Amino acid sequence: MAFAQNLVRCTINAAVVKSARSLSKNASNFSLLQRCINLKPITNQHCLRTFSVGTQLHQDVNVTFLRANGQKIQTKGKVGDTLLDVVVNNHIDLDGFGACEGTLTCSTCHLIFKTADFEKLPDKASDEELDMLDLAYELTETSRLGCQITLTKDMDGLVVSVPATINDARSA
Amino acid sequence: MLLSRSLSLSVMTKQLYFNTIKQGLSTGVSGSGAIKRICIVGGGPAGFYAAQYILKHLSDCAVDLIEKLPVPFGLVRYGVAPDHPEVKNVINTFNKTAEHKDFNFYGNIALGKDISLEDLRKRYHAVLLTYGADQDRQLNIPNEDRTNVLSARKFVAWYNGLPGAQHLNPDLSGNTVAILGQGNVAVDAARMLLSSLDALRKTDTTEYALEALSRSKVQQVYLVGRRGPLQAAFTIKELREMLKLPNVQTLWRPDDFTDVPAQLANLPRPRKRLTELMLKSLSEQAGSSSAKNKRFLPIFLRAPKAIGENEVELTVTKLQNDMAVPTDQTEHLQTDLVLRSIGYKSTCVDGGICFDERSGRVHNENGRVLRDAVSKTVDPGIYVAGWLGTGPTGVILTTMNGAFTVAKTICDDILSNKLDTSTAKAGLDTKQLHRVVTWRHWQRIDEAETQAGKVLGKPREKFVDVEEMLKVAGL
Repeated sequence: MAFAQNLVRCTINAAVVKSARSLSKNASNFSLLQRCINLKPITNQHCLRTFSVGTQLHQDVNVTFLRANGQKIQTKGKVGDTLLDVVVNNHIDLDGFGACEGTLTCSTCHLIFKTADFEKLPDKASDEELDMLDLAYELTETSRLGCQITLTKDMDGLVVSVPATINDARSA
Repeated sequence: MLLSRSLSLSVMTKQLYFNTIKQGLSTGVSGSGAIKRICIVGGGPAGFYAAQYILKHLSDCAVDLIEKLPVPFGLVRYGVAPDHPEVKNVINTFNKTAEHKDFNFYGNIALGKDISLEDLRKRYHAVLLTYGADQDRQLNIPNEDRTNVLSARKFVAWYNGLPGAQHLNPDLSGNTVAILGQGNVAVDAARMLLSSLDALRKTDTTEYALEALSRSKVQQVYLVGRRGPLQAAFTIKELREMLKLPNVQTLWRPDDFTDVPAQLANLPRPRKRLTELMLKSLSEQAGSSSAKNKRFLPIFLRAPKAIGENEVELTVTKLQNDMAVPTDQTEHLQTDLVLRSIGYKSTCVDGGICFDERSGRVHNENGRVLRDAVSKTVDPGIYVAGWLGTGPTGVILTTMNGAFTVAKTICDDILSNKLDTSTAKAGLDTKQLHRVVTWRHWQRIDEAETQAGKVLGKPREKFVDVEEMLKVAGL
């Protein structure tokens, strides 16, 4: 029963975020907005895009994004989210991050891991991921694409570096 | 109405609420200072990414983007291969930018024809040129203008439905095509020629191109480069895709790789991985299936010398400091059709632009356009980004970063008063222009294209005629 509820919640949340993302000036989208509003909040999280199912849903994973200028962005994801999901769901302000929306056709979600964390990652990068990483700026031996890293509960407290971009130059 | 409803929102929709307020106040509200008016010329990725950055980082600004065509997105729509739909996801971000209250899209306005740069500079504090590179480089060899020589740029424009390219009518009745050049455009063209039609039917390749490709007799495609495997211009993703293409056998010339293995260890990772993939494919080709009936045939160290009736004459080259140097040996390559794919170049569309004809781009210093090529002084208030400023290289990421950087320069110049924005500027008077396409109009075209595509089982069927686009837009 609880499992089924989670599934429903998961679907609704995804729908809410989808409509939030397509929110536009034109009035036709307002009906979508209304639909979101009529759904009473289920959790105290804002518009989470969650794709994991079942009992793992509630498990928070703390993640810190470290900008090249030293700024730390502390945030949370759920088990089963990718690091790209974490950036999108938490509205983390990284211009241009995730341009291809996780379809492995760009390298804008490039993240750099600490060696120890990198070695513990459950899956090695596929050829296709490495192909994209090869086009990234500031490629390192411990670089991965955020869209390919799925959070597990062991990753709680993970710190990843975001390569220097124009964002950092500005906020420095 | 929008606002009062939003006030009852709960915590969960806080972000929506915030956005709603922003959207709700979309007319007539500005800060106390004069509005900083910026005009971007060209609605491709460079233009949209620059707009995104400026709208986010500069307060009290209005960004107008003018585009020659009635439709936005430039090479994302007309350059990115139809079988790479994921790459086009960047459009979702561009759509968000277009919905920003301080942004306007004005299509069907050509700089240098409908409006002059001088006029734009009177109406805006800053003008950013991002109209890209829409011509191609020539080989400058004998018989290049023969009918069996097409530009790969035009071929790409043809299958992607660029207005004006629909009548290209490439002759695909021969067995062999030789593509001169080895960049990703060349590989895209090769893949389109060698892919199965069933795969392409699910893409937004224009119907007339699908029809012509269905009658194609092309069985093998050469990809000719002046330099060696270590200088190959295509990226690894595109090569891997070719190697996995069903029913296509890739065959390399072993002699091209003689010196390559010895140099592998010293290569940076991206070049090393690309080279390893070529070597792996080379090592497997002896035993590879000959049941595959199409062939992809990369050739290195050959420079086009002349075009013949059913052949290309190639000069054998050798490498000196990574450059191709001609030898006195030549080779004749039999081919029915030649596609020239050695790069794009920009054109000067308005006499007011300080344009470098030789390099085919605008004279600039980090995106600030120069007054003239000699004095190297900056012409305040005019900027350039994307291929028009950098030349035609790099992937969308490169263009994005470049556009963000130039956009930041514009913001910095305004904030540091290097660029005077104290006097109010009028912006574009669209009433004085004929049949201006707004974002709303484009959405109608977009919807009609998507609908037409649905019937055919593809993401969209593009209108290729400007008049038809304008009619659908209701203009």
